[in-house]
Amino acid sequence: MKTDIILSGVGGQGILSIATIIGEAATRMGLALKQAEVHGMSQRGGDVQSNLRLSDKPIASDLIPLGTADMILSLEPMEALRYLPFLAKDGWIITSSAPFKNISNYPDEQALTDELKAQPHVVSLDVEQLAKENQMPKSANVILLGAASAFLKILDPATLRESVGRIFASKGEEVVQMNYRAFDIGHNYVKKLGFVKE
Amino acid sequence: MENSEKFLLLGDQAIALGAIHAGISGVYAYPGTPSTEITEYIQDSSLAKARGLHSTWCTNEKTAMEAALGVSYVGKRALVCMKHVGMNVCADAFVNSAITGVNGGIVVVAADDPSMHSSQNEQDSRFYGKFAMVPVLEPSSQQEAYDMMAYAYELSEREKLPVLMRIVTRLAHSRAAVQVKSSFLDVTCTGRESVPSDWVLLPGNARRRYLEVIAAQPQLLQLAETSPFNKTVSREGKAERGIVACGIGYNYVMENYPEGCPFPMVKVSQYPLPMKQIADLAESCKEILVVEDGQPFVEEQLKGLLPSPYVVKGRLSGDLPRTGELTPDSVKIALGIASVEVYAPAQHLVPRPPALCVGCGHRDVYDALNRVAAEYPGAKIFGDIGCYTLGALPPFRALNSCVDMGASITMAKGAADAGQFPAIAIIGDSTFTHSGMTGLLDAVNDKANITVVISDNLTTAMTGGQDSAGTNKFEAICLGLGVEPEHVRVVVPLPKNMDEITRIIREEIEYQGVSVIIPRRECIQTLNRKLKKKRAEKK
Repeated sequence: MKTDIILSGVGGQGILSIATIIGEAATRMGLALKQAEVHGMSQRGGDVQSNLRLSDKPIASDLIPLGTADMILSLEPMEALRYLPFLAKDGWIITSSAPFKNISNYPDEQALTDELKAQPHVVSLDVEQLAKENQMPKSANVILLGAASAFLKILDPATLRESVGRIFASKGEEVVQMNYRAFDIGHNYVKKLGFVKE
Repeated sequence: MENSEKFLLLGDQAIALGAIHAGISGVYAYPGTPSTEITEYIQDSSLAKARGLHSTWCTNEKTAMEAALGVSYVGKRALVCMKHVGMNVCADAFVNSAITGVNGGIVVVAADDPSMHSSQNEQDSRFYGKFAMVPVLEPSSQQEAYDMMAYAYELSEREKLPVLMRIVTRLAHSRAAVQVKSSFLDVTCTGRESVPSDWVLLPGNARRRYLEVIAAQPQLLQLAETSPFNKTVSREGKAERGIVACGIGYNYVMENYPEGCPFPMVKVSQYPLPMKQIADLAESCKEILVVEDGQPFVEEQLKGLLPSPYVVKGRLSGDLPRTGELTPDSVKIALGIASVEVYAPAQHLVPRPPALCVGCGHRDVYDALNRVAAEYPGAKIFGDIGCYTLGALPPFRALNSCVDMGASITMAKGAADAGQFPAIAIIGDSTFTHSGMTGLLDAVNDKANITVVISDNLTTAMTGGQDSAGTNKFEAICLGLGVEPEHVRVVVPLPKNMDEITRIIREEIEYQGVSVIIPRRECIQTLNRKLKKKRAEKK
């Protein structure tokens, strides 16, 4: 069994912290992992992506082949669409619906939303808004991870939740509890939509 | 962390830990994507700290390579790291280090950047290894990168030659689990005395040493042919095709054959090319496909070895793309495997290029430069390498050039020599000490009519905020090189100072000679990190 994830967003949004949590959980479960990251010039507010591959067998390539990703996990809606050709036909898009507009020619928002919604397997949620409402402005990415946890077949959501705790442990119990709540908010959001893990 | 058995490491970090475990005395490097994290790992390593390993940044790749030669001379092991174009900067020292030979082992890591994710060209460092006639290692995985370090230092000391390790971005910046040795070496010393006549490269000595390096080549070939990192996969009978897969190219082949490669294959991770295995491969199949990241280094050699009508395919033949990094998909096409059906690219999609950070001092510098340049039709602003190269993009569109480290000053000088006015150079603080100072001396000696802007943000920002060699020394350096004191001007790049900054730029453009303007304000990224750290400490 394998799970290939394209993580995407804009430089500085925090996709690598999502990758770190998933990586911790995967390692704990004894899975093989490869994670190609983006460093350097592209981080300055440009589009960024990371290829995260998990498997119970050894993984050959650091990069995910076209048409085979099980998930696009994105902190920005247009950045989710950027990697569409990498998504498997039965793969899922889990994305923040809040546009990050740091360019002057950002596409029409309604058209972008329509195109995203037209995809067969998509969960789009405003994690920024949810984070604000719940007084956890820095935990938008953990809310998104919670939402994704229902679709990550290779990882058990409970294990992933424990990894959230371990990753934030050095920042104190308060931060850990807040991120547990963030994870649950995302997870429950998807549950309410009627998506249940097989 | 370093006592645990297995952990997740970037390729860069695997190299760093492998080098520490191989008993190096220090790392010598200048930051450059995708090589920076090697040195940063050693700087943060508790084991390296306990051993007192050298790990501060060097001024440029040439000073790094030469310092490593000094370490080697006294019998100790040194690691040198750089991005591929850094090889051009240290080429003089690197090529000659094969002629001097080494005492303590030297491993030079060149991190190539096919697809130019963060670079100006796609040069393939394996050519440098062949050029200098030294062994080249090219790991295919993070594990191999770690394992190769101890091997590389033994190889270097046994053959008395530096060893070049060539990696690419996808290995450098990809994370995987690495099994770490439970027992490893302390800082080592060969205990041998270096022989001065080997190291004094007067023509008489150099001629003798060059013959010795040439005489060592059959041994280097034999070592590659028996290397534990080169691997042959044989198949019964005559195959339609054979594969030569180099470095991470091997992974892309295996990705496409999860049940095992059906064709005979030679995996190459140590050069010179293992000729015996390749000759056997050629014998056993009708054609060869070369899968290599970077330039067609092996493909060209095989075309000489196996002349037409024998078919050698790869990047030159068009079976793989001539430029850019390999992908599992480009290799799939070359292997003739049918592609899967994919979603069409999205309609509502625009590029999102990187940009200077909000609040960055370079922004105010470009704002000022553009205002003044507008008063001088025909003004030319020569740029350099760093975050501020982004000043070439909208909204600023301020730059007329960006070529290599330091070229802003020397190009402005050349243009001024040829009658250009105004000729303005903009260069960052770290780039200036890396390769700008010598050019400024040329300009001073010729009394060139140029205006140099050293945009000083107190760090090497582009690569993530490493220490900058010249911090607090720029006025003294410029004065020492002979710039007149009244034409070394310091400003603080903030919108509220715009009138003062534009006035000073105007005055210095009007001055007939070399002037230096230093806009100085800390990088917003390093500043934010420091403030965050302070807040955390208060808690």
